[in-house]
Amino acid sequence: MTGEAIAFYALAAVILVSGLVVVSSPNIVHSAVALVPAFLGITGIYILLGAEFVAGIQVLIYAGAITVLLLFVIMLTEGGTGLRLQQRNEQGPVGASVAVAIAVLLIAGVTHTTWGRGAGTLPAYTPGAIGQSFLGTNLLAFEGTSIVLLVSLIGAVIIARKEE
Amino acid sequence: MSWSHELWRAIEGTVLIFSGVAVLAAMFGVLLERKISGWMQSRLGPKHVGPQGLLQTIADTIKLLQKENIVPRNADATIFASAVLVVPLAALLDYVVIPFGTTRFGPLIFRDLNIGVLYFAATSSLVVVGILMAGWGSNNKYALVGGLRSASQMVSYEIPMGLALITVALLAGSLSTVKIVAAQARWWYAVEQPLAFLIFLTAAVAEVNRVPFDLVEAESELVAGYFSEYTGMRFALFQLGEYGEMFAMAAMAVTLFLGGWRGPVLPPVLWFVIKLYALIFVFIWVRWTYPRFRIDQLLNFAWKVLIPVGLANLVATAFFVMVVRR
Repeated sequence: MTGEAIAFYALAAVILVSGLVVVSSPNIVHSAVALVPAFLGITGIYILLGAEFVAGIQVLIYAGAITVLLLFVIMLTEGGTGLRLQQRNEQGPVGASVAVAIAVLLIAGVTHTTWGRGAGTLPAYTPGAIGQSFLGTNLLAFEGTSIVLLVSLIGAVIIARKEE
Repeated sequence: MSWSHELWRAIEGTVLIFSGVAVLAAMFGVLLERKISGWMQSRLGPKHVGPQGLLQTIADTIKLLQKENIVPRNADATIFASAVLVVPLAALLDYVVIPFGTTRFGPLIFRDLNIGVLYFAATSSLVVVGILMAGWGSNNKYALVGGLRSASQMVSYEIPMGLALITVALLAGSLSTVKIVAAQARWWYAVEQPLAFLIFLTAAVAEVNRVPFDLVEAESELVAGYFSEYTGMRFALFQLGEYGEMFAMAAMAVTLFLGGWRGPVLPPVLWFVIKLYALIFVFIWVRWTYPRFRIDQLLNFAWKVLIPVGLANLVATAFFVMVVRR
């Protein structure tokens, strides 16, 4: 087994175990905290794939910001405890069967697809290429996304300041 | 290079960063803090353990090692215990991309990542997760308020810090810390970008929760903030994380704005250490000079002053790089 494969399986184990904690923990704060190792494991996979820039952004946005935001919201809304918030209900068996069905579909899909190898080699310095594509060929999509984000930002501010 | 060799190097690097750079630097930092604060307040500071009190922090650490570990009865034991690991780990991860100097074999750095600056911003943003975990896991209102304050503060100050980082990366044309140092051959970026330097320093002080931004652990209101309930070595690990983060911020400021290891006559590593400790002195000086901000002043300062100024500075720099320099 190559080092790359070992690293992949180790990362996959980290992601799966913490993902399991996220969905099965009765304590919602534990779920939110368990997202951190899951996100970091995904970061590791990005690094294995040679996408360093995406990996950095993954840590910065997901592990650093989204998790903090989630924890912040839980602590501010539920009197600081978050213990009364439950993300589980009585429909466990139904949910499990749906999950198994999706897993079977996904496994079938992945194993029956013939994966083509990408042409060319990876550029040594990806951030530059990503920037070029954002402000070059994909400019319209990039600007459109930024307007959507700006609108939602302003909307959030307006909703939050309703009392004035 | 084979993967087992890589793995071995990673383990080696971790041990070296943890023991050498961080623990020693943090211990020495605590001693400096106490000595300088004593000097500023016309006191003597620690004096009795070792020559001129040099061994005081070592004695304190040994004392903390022997103390009992107390977990409050209603605390969330898992989160309470794991928060202690997150804070120093996130602080120590910062050191991977810091070039400490240069030798005949190339720059003295654990990994010259081509996303170095981004990596630094990402790892330093992980500290806040540990602080929130500690604040919530303690099941103590002071700790929780401290943790929440820390989250709002650190999330706010990450943005001006990121803007300052981007400005420098734009000028140097690279995110790699080694290339940024190389780009400062003629001028330090502190000279070319005084505004970004000031923004970075301010945000750095806020990110490491020091006075005047220490609402997170405001003694007079919150006991000790998020680590009120921690005892013994766990308390010491938070201190290690805090001082490790402070040294990492200072080292990054040296790398980005003060020309890194560059300097005449003296060996590069020595220059780096001199600049590093000069900045550490500034941090300590600020701490013992200014009073504490209020929370609204603190957040207003970040959102209404630092971020607009940082954005304007970024646009001006981009204009300079794209139009004037061409």
